[in-house]
Amino acid sequence: MTATTPIRLVVVSAGLTQPSATRLLADRLAGAAAGRLRSAGRAVEVHVVEVREHARGIADAFTTGFPPASLRAELERVERADALIAVTPIFSASYSGLFKSFFDVLDKDALAGTPVLIAASGGTARHSLALEHALRPLFGYLRAVVAPTAVYAAPEDWAGAHDGAAGTGPALAERIDRAAGELAALLLAGAPAAATPSATAEVTGTGSEARARIGAPADPFEDVVPFEQQLAALRTTGGDMSVR
Amino acid sequence: MMQFGIFTVGDVTPDPTTGRTPTEAERIKAMTAVALKAEEVGLDVFATGEHHNPPFVPSSPTTMLGWIAARTERLLLSTSTTLITTNDPVKIAEDFAMLQHLTDGRVDLMLGRGNTGPVYPWFGQDIRNGIPLAVENYALLHRLWREDVVDWQGRFRTPLQSFTSTPRPLDGVPPFVWHGSIRSPEIAEQAAYYGDGFFHNHIFWPKEHTQRMVALYRKRFAHYGHGSEEQAIVGLGGQVFMRKNSQDAVREFRPYFDRAPVYGGGPSLEEFMRETPLTVGSPQQVIERTLASREYVGDYQRQLFLLDHAGLPLKTVLEQLDILGEEVVPVLREEFAKGRPASVPDAPTHASLLTAARREEAAAESGSTTTATAPEGSAQR
Repeated sequence: MTATTPIRLVVVSAGLTQPSATRLLADRLAGAAAGRLRSAGRAVEVHVVEVREHARGIADAFTTGFPPASLRAELERVERADALIAVTPIFSASYSGLFKSFFDVLDKDALAGTPVLIAASGGTARHSLALEHALRPLFGYLRAVVAPTAVYAAPEDWAGAHDGAAGTGPALAERIDRAAGELAALLLAGAPAAATPSATAEVTGTGSEARARIGAPADPFEDVVPFEQQLAALRTTGGDMSVR
Repeated sequence: MMQFGIFTVGDVTPDPTTGRTPTEAERIKAMTAVALKAEEVGLDVFATGEHHNPPFVPSSPTTMLGWIAARTERLLLSTSTTLITTNDPVKIAEDFAMLQHLTDGRVDLMLGRGNTGPVYPWFGQDIRNGIPLAVENYALLHRLWREDVVDWQGRFRTPLQSFTSTPRPLDGVPPFVWHGSIRSPEIAEQAAYYGDGFFHNHIFWPKEHTQRMVALYRKRFAHYGHGSEEQAIVGLGGQVFMRKNSQDAVREFRPYFDRAPVYGGGPSLEEFMRETPLTVGSPQQVIERTLASREYVGDYQRQLFLLDHAGLPLKTVLEQLDILGEEVVPVLREEFAKGRPASVPDAPTHASLLTAARREEAAAESGSTTTATAPEGSAQR
């Protein structure tokens, strides 16, 4: 990616109501992250996936094994994203079933190496650790690079100022700003590739390039494993190691 | 010439319009009745699935195919699929060579991996080894049919020393092999490497999967020197339900679609027809949709239809076969022949494989120059 290519920032918002606190939070996070990236001189394209619009398509994908065309297009956008903001309402002490289902039908390698900001809205601040106990492991499994700050918005957070009364930490606006800054930093640093020496010359590399560098699988239809190689692998492999 | 036929899963499914579940005996007899009807209405191929768990009955394909063979004259008996992962390749070699002799060569087979996790451990295997099992077991099967005495050692099966698989293939010509897979490029590659056929089931999934797999197979078939891309041997499945008026077909099939284990609770019949090759309508609609598949896979050799699925009663399935044999397949034969390049091979049969083998032998005897210039790998056909 060159500095002139717009960064593809995709937002997955799983709110159900209209208007939705989840979507409100998602838009605030997207605005803050885009602002950070633009200050760094980068163009940004923001695309929002409203999961509710694909509720039936997601259910269909479970029953048929493949996503219908409109959902497929959204899943491909998530796969191509340079960075992702994922926001869910908290239901029964965890992410909503619909939010999880969207990521269940996404290819398990689709987010490998992608910087992700996780956030949630909920009816009480007592559920805020669902972000750490549910969302963070989910994106860990998907091998995404999750920003350290996860943003939770309880009803009182929308009141605005420092929540001095509860004394539980910085106000929502500050947490949004900090998380957006972390996401932008991960993205501009080329995410996990920055850890490898070969990537240092390519600090602007992001998204698909970064993923390519950390070994996300190539298209098996473009790069066929020659049959002799499949046979040879059997001759040389000892034990009962499974081959993917 | 193209071959047309039917393939069956062998599911025992309640008829949702009556709530009645056929017995295993009824289902097995229905499968054989459908096979006999296929020959009667002029179809070329009957293929049965292989399963080792309820609600499916066909665990012993060559037993069933042998019974059908004894009561038919022309019908080619095949499978959809034979499990190359959990069956012993030695037993596959023996069973299908025996069937080949009994049927005077009216047999071929389609290899598949099977996607039911627990079946693998029941046969001492692991589904995570699906691809390596398919690769190694077929490499052995391929040799057992081509070499009289085999010494062999591999990862998955006990070794063989001085083993001869009997009976030897009829006329020294092994049964033709198709490799079936929905979306594993390794299997398209395997079919291409050996110059075998590739079959895509072309049901339940969007046609893009079919298109991508066939394209890869054709490209690699040419790469391995078996011929041009258009000379690769391609088979397609398909699922149809027909009545004279398309509205009647939709009305009659809908309860079966809505309640079928593979379809139920998901998209509507209309959505599924839009997203996948399933065609429910008039014979003319089935003809048009089937002909259109040539646009995304090229000219191909074998078309099989799934008809006896989802609890449809035998009477209805036999009516479907009448429509297929009388109104659909004759038109498909004629239309598919139009514009088909002469270089596109006919569907392989025992006779065509025997002719090719005799020609190669004659060429080898008349001097080694011909064989020396043959493309690498062509001797594997």
